[in-house]
Amino acid sequence: MPRPAADLRPAPLAAEPMLPRAFRVAARRRETHDVFTLELEPADAPGEAFAFEPGQFNMLYVLGAGEVPISISGDPTRPGRLMHTVRAVGGVTRLLEGLKKGDSLGVRGPYGAPWPVLDAEGRDVVVVAGGIGLAPLRPLICQVLARRDRFGRVSIVFGTRSPADILLAKDLERWRSKFDVDVLLTVDHAPPGWRGHVGVVTALLPRAAFDPANARAFVCGPEVMMRFTVQELAHRGLPAASVHVTMERNMKCAIGLCGHCQYGPEFVCKDGPVFRFDRIERIFGVREL
Amino acid sequence: MSKHASPTLPAPVLWTRGDMDRFFETLRKEGYQPVGPTLRDGAIVYDTLSSTRDLPVGWGDEQEPGAYRLRKRGDEALFGYVVGPQSWKQYLFPPRRKLWSADRAAGGLEFKPSAEAPPKYAFIGVRGCELHALQVQDKAFLEGPYADPYYRAVREGSLVVAVNCGTSAATCFCASMGTGPKVERGFDLALTELLDGGQRFVVEAGSARGAKFVDELSPQAAAPEDLAEAARVVERTAATLRRKVEPGGLRELLARNLEHPRWDEVASRCQTCANCTLVCPTCFCSTVEDVSDLTGEHAERWRRWDSCFTFDHSYLHGGAVRASAMSRYRQWLTHKFGTWHDQFGVSGCVGCGRCISWCPVGIDVTEELAAIRANDLGKDGEHAHP
Ligand SMILES: Cc1cc2nc3c(=O)[nH]c(=O)nc-3n(C[C@H](O)[C@H](O)[C@H](O)COP(=O)(O)OP(=O)(O)OC[C@H]3O[C@@H](n4cnc5c(N)ncnc54)[C@H](O)[C@@H]3O)c2cc1C
Ligand code: SF4
Ligand code: SF4
Ligand code: FES
Repeated sequence: MPRPAADLRPAPLAAEPMLPRAFRVAARRRETHDVFTLELEPADAPGEAFAFEPGQFNMLYVLGAGEVPISISGDPTRPGRLMHTVRAVGGVTRLLEGLKKGDSLGVRGPYGAPWPVLDAEGRDVVVVAGGIGLAPLRPLICQVLARRDRFGRVSIVFGTRSPADILLAKDLERWRSKFDVDVLLTVDHAPPGWRGHVGVVTALLPRAAFDPANARAFVCGPEVMMRFTVQELAHRGLPAASVHVTMERNMKCAIGLCGHCQYGPEFVCKDGPVFRFDRIERIFGVREL
Repeated sequence: MSKHASPTLPAPVLWTRGDMDRFFETLRKEGYQPVGPTLRDGAIVYDTLSSTRDLPVGWGDEQEPGAYRLRKRGDEALFGYVVGPQSWKQYLFPPRRKLWSADRAAGGLEFKPSAEAPPKYAFIGVRGCELHALQVQDKAFLEGPYADPYYRAVREGSLVVAVNCGTSAATCFCASMGTGPKVERGFDLALTELLDGGQRFVVEAGSARGAKFVDELSPQAAAPEDLAEAARVVERTAATLRRKVEPGGLRELLARNLEHPRWDEVASRCQTCANCTLVCPTCFCSTVEDVSDLTGEHAERWRRWDSCFTFDHSYLHGGAVRASAMSRYRQWLTHKFGTWHDQFGVSGCVGCGRCISWCPVGIDVTEELAAIRANDLGKDGEHAHP
């Protein structure tokens, strides 16, 4: 509201929405040669649980180096430490990889539109992940399995580069051991002795059992992998409105102010990163958008 | 920020140039920092003003695609030009601003927000297109799930003194965008400079905050003839506007022409210099810079203007999404005139013409839109005649 003109005070600033909060590394685990998981807690409130919804992400800040968007990979049904599973690819993620127990970093979030898990209740669930794309899907899988009886058939289709690139291996093992979850795993290349499947994820999709009239698919991975996956799902009769995908764009603010994450009319940080596929279908195939 | 005109607002008054100078003094007494047009390096830019003498008295401008020139008007007009390379966004959304600093301390990292509070500005000489640009940026910075606190503080603390344009440039197309030349709302005070029959200013209050200045300076009420002349000034200006954009259905037109051959054609001329986005009063993109001292124990995060014409704007590990000039020009034009409607319910262009004048190769957005409309590839991607 405008203040009286005679007021000589400078206008006060409201809280800075891009201010991170200090967190500490409570535990770290190596997943593969380039993927690791961090468990984090607030520096000033170690026991405090981090509330979020599956599919949401945080901005992680390394002192002086920069800030990167990383999805939350924890189990939302068991509130506790904040968990991130990261692939070290460049400047900031390599520094995150070097953090040790007790080290400090900045966190702000959670941001973004979540996977609509409730909408999948009463239906078959198909989860399709490529590489590090399994990390943002882990909270969804945890939530579905925590209320297993509310869903129909559940399949998890996961493809990665090689057997050495299988992240969250313990989780995959645990899910695979359940009689009411179908875990389908494939690698692009395998050394001799690998007894599993070799090939792209789409080659495994025909094995996922679902009723196209009553199913929801959740897809996260590289853009090409998602393109072939949605094509295959459509081929199996699943309408675009039953498929959710995540998009990735450069992000500087994560709160809708910096313009970097624009994807046609969408802001990936606030309208996404999870999109119902029919919403972006028209622009999904457009190059360099 | 201004409220809508209310019945309690005073009737328009008439100021002399002397009253204008007294107005500047009153502004400073009230704690405002007057900022507005002034001459520098061959252009009219915005800077701090101490009196009407700092305005570009007697200067006008001539603009064409890729060209901007000043000329002497042969009178003492205070507002006898249109918009230059700068816009009010530099005050609300500074080109570079510290967001916070971080220090490594015993208990972990300590983050401190930048406490620097903005001055109370009086924006002097805000044109119709620029008033609309402020309202367009309000939607980006204030009306989403998160607001920019600095923008909000400046917007709420500042006084908006608008001016009805008494002249236009060849690059202006405000009328077709519905933003000018008449100022209609969103101001605290609106001036119309009358030159025929002696220099004087018809002053209208648009808010209680503006009305206070009208009351305080207590000069004479504007006579019906002055009001009629003020109305003629904007009408005459409107009649001089030549450039236009056919506004209907732009959002749909652009959405169905993402693969139009014109994008490659314009990209062959575009230098991807980012001038258009920097001079544009509505562009809001920013990036962040992390600076740290030598010890590595102290770091700062700064925000600065960015442009979708840079390589880094769309960088993802491994390369830029928009690697080609084609895709960057397409992002700019489709955002301004198309997807802005999806995002904010308004056009991202207010027809100020800056991007046309300041493009080094004279690319004209109105011409690009007309070219796409003339060869509409049709609904659902059907090629009419590619
Ligand atoms: C919503 C979202 C969720 C993500 N979740 C995960 C996750 O759970 N695990 C994971 O390993 N990775 C995730 N990523 C990708 C991750 O953000 C990038 O790998 C990371 O930003 C690379 O930063 P860098 O500094 O190491 O690389 P560099 O190549 O050095 O990048 C420099 C800068 O460019 C920007 N940038 C580069 N790549 C990306 C990218 N892919 N997305 C956004 N900005 C980028 C960042 O600002 C980065 O600091 C996610 C990306 C998004 C948009
Ligand atoms: S796109 Fe060009 S004409 Fe439109 S508001 Fe921006 S600078 Fe002005
Ligand atoms: S036109 Fe480009 S620089 Fe301007 S707001 Fe849009 S994306 Fe940002
Ligand atoms: S990341 Fe800044 S607008 Fe989305």
